Amino acid sequence: MSVRGQACDDASVTTIDAAPPRYRRAQEDKLLAGVAAGLAHHLRVDVIVVRLTFVVLGAVGGFGLLVYAALWVVVPQDRVETVTAPGLAAAERLGLRPTRRIRLAVGDAGQLLAFAVLALGLAALFQSTSLGVNPVIFWPSVIVAVGVFLIWRQSDESDASPASSVSAGGTGTVGLGVGWRSGGWRHRLRVAIGAGLVVAGLFAFVAASGRLDVAGDVVVGAATAVVGVLLIGGPWLLRIVRDLRDERTERALSQQQADVAAHLHDSVLQTLALIQRQASDPREVVRLARSQERDLRGWLYGVPASPDSSLRIALERVAAEVEEQHGVLIEVVVVGDCPVDPAVHALVRAAREALVNAATHAQTDRVDVFAEVEGNEVMAFVRDRGVGFDPDAIADGRMGVRGSIIERMQRHGGTATVRSTPGGGTEVRLTIKVAPEVHRAGSRQ
Amino acid sequence: MTSSQDSTTTPGGRSWLTRVVLIDDHAMFRSGVRTELGGAVAVVGEAADAPSAIQVVLDTVPDVVLLDVHLPGGGGVAVLQAVLARRPEVRFLALSVSDAAEDVIGVIRAGARGYVTKAITGPELVAAIRRVGEGDAVFSPRLAGFVLDAFTGIDIAAVDEELDQLTPREREVLRLIARGYAYKEVAKELFISVKTVETHVSAVLRKLQLSNRHQLTRWATERRLV
Repeated sequence: MSVRGQACDDASVTTIDAAPPRYRRAQEDKLLAGVAAGLAHHLRVDVIVVRLTFVVLGAVGGFGLLVYAALWVVVPQDRVETVTAPGLAAAERLGLRPTRRIRLAVGDAGQLLAFAVLALGLAALFQSTSLGVNPVIFWPSVIVAVGVFLIWRQSDESDASPASSVSAGGTGTVGLGVGWRSGGWRHRLRVAIGAGLVVAGLFAFVAASGRLDVAGDVVVGAATAVVGVLLIGGPWLLRIVRDLRDERTERALSQQQADVAAHLHDSVLQTLALIQRQASDPREVVRLARSQERDLRGWLYGVPASPDSSLRIALERVAAEVEEQHGVLIEVVVVGDCPVDPAVHALVRAAREALVNAATHAQTDRVDVFAEVEGNEVMAFVRDRGVGFDPDAIADGRMGVRGSIIERMQRHGGTATVRSTPGGGTEVRLTIKVAPEVHRAGSRQ
Repeated sequence: MTSSQDSTTTPGGRSWLTRVVLIDDHAMFRSGVRTELGGAVAVVGEAADAPSAIQVVLDTVPDVVLLDVHLPGGGGVAVLQAVLARRPEVRFLALSVSDAAEDVIGVIRAGARGYVTKAITGPELVAAIRRVGEGDAVFSPRLAGFVLDAFTGIDIAAVDEELDQLTPREREVLRLIARGYAYKEVAKELFISVKTVETHVSAVLRKLQLSNRHQLTRWATERRLV
């Protein structure tokens, strides 16, 4: 359950429209590291503006490049993985469903190329003015920057997929934090090319500065320094490596346990599905199976959301109650979502009443509930394919429909209409207005 | 539709039976479904993981593949991609215990022609298989809800392509399906023929599969943060 709690916190941070979204490096729109896309999202400006700013600032003296690199290091990646329901996370780790790999589409690659060409062009233009950076420093810096980019990006990618690193390297090999462990010759090749570019850039700098003769001395000096650092920091480094390995093993173990638990639950779900379909008569079995199934399903695959806050949650809870009490199967589909204000609460109560009516009078074992939030209007439909009745023949004394549904809706400025034909089932249609500012679209179960 | 292999699984050897391959990693579930389908369709193959599923489907070329969404070896999506690349005529009906929208939309976008949950009753499943076998789409209320949501999330003002939005009529049809209406009832409600309803649903399916709309691919990931 701790997983859900954490997810709720994340959700409240990332989805409420009032506060600006937290600055995270974007994983979806990114061209390089998601710095610009994340910033654009955070500032709510067009990403192209941010990118162009970076390109211009980067090309003119390299300042933008430094800012970009700094943000890359400091700003954490936007991780979608953290809120995955346990069942889905486990299925992903076990390879039962495709992992979400963010790939650079062709169009994106084109855009990236366009930006690169633009940056180089601007840089060349700037270099040709008197303000230009000394070319002895400039071009080697560009090469080093590309090399560093390749390595960092690799490290980013291994960061982004903790699952794959566990399954591939969970047995204990520890990488250097540059994604070596997550394997694949492509990764290694990229790291190698990156390192090669960095070294080449440095050499180019040394060579271009006209001191090739002292380059040998520089290499010896650098090597000595590295050996020195290793000697001094060696034990400490070793400890870090060991700690890392222990931590990773532990994480792999706990994830394995989670996988097993998820698998068990999954199997229970399968069995329940079978029981439901084969036990045609004993309603009690179906009822128990159904409620157990709902619990498991919600835990394994449900979208974590804060309770009491949304129309969807409220409707699902009401449906669960009626299912539990009356042994009918209720399918709830909600498009969009909104907070539960008094008006929406009235709609939910009316829907509950309609569900109870259907469950007790319609002589059917299945009821559909559909709700949609559109603009500032909420609509809900409760439909069954049961025996139906003649709406004109309802006696005024029958409180169910008149009092609990129609009048309740009217009191809150909404409407309720009942359509029913004997033998043709019943549909109750409820509509109500909500305050426009609380409307929030685009979330559902 | 016709094949001599049918006689191995159906005593009557009625060659017009829909030929079905069952793919699910739970053997118990497969046998349950097999029992339930009874003689209504011809089960010509089974598989428990993606690689063997691809093999079986390519070997038997069934009318309909009943495909579990969660499957060892890359999930149902892996099977869809591998098979449809070589045998685009094979039709898939996705079957899942997972109600997660990104799973459902994922298999549909990979080429499945319908989605039902495993709690579906036997007769309903047979009807869904027939429908998919005839080339129509099978939308459960839940799938219709997902689709409405997916296309609602799109900023209409930014939409320029016909592929990226639903027509008002398609929206109406989906709403009715989400409300629990069968195709026949939808047709009656909108004063159109069942065939027209099927056309609308197929058009929605096509849009769902072909639209490259960034928001659409992004929607599933986004909504799980909510």
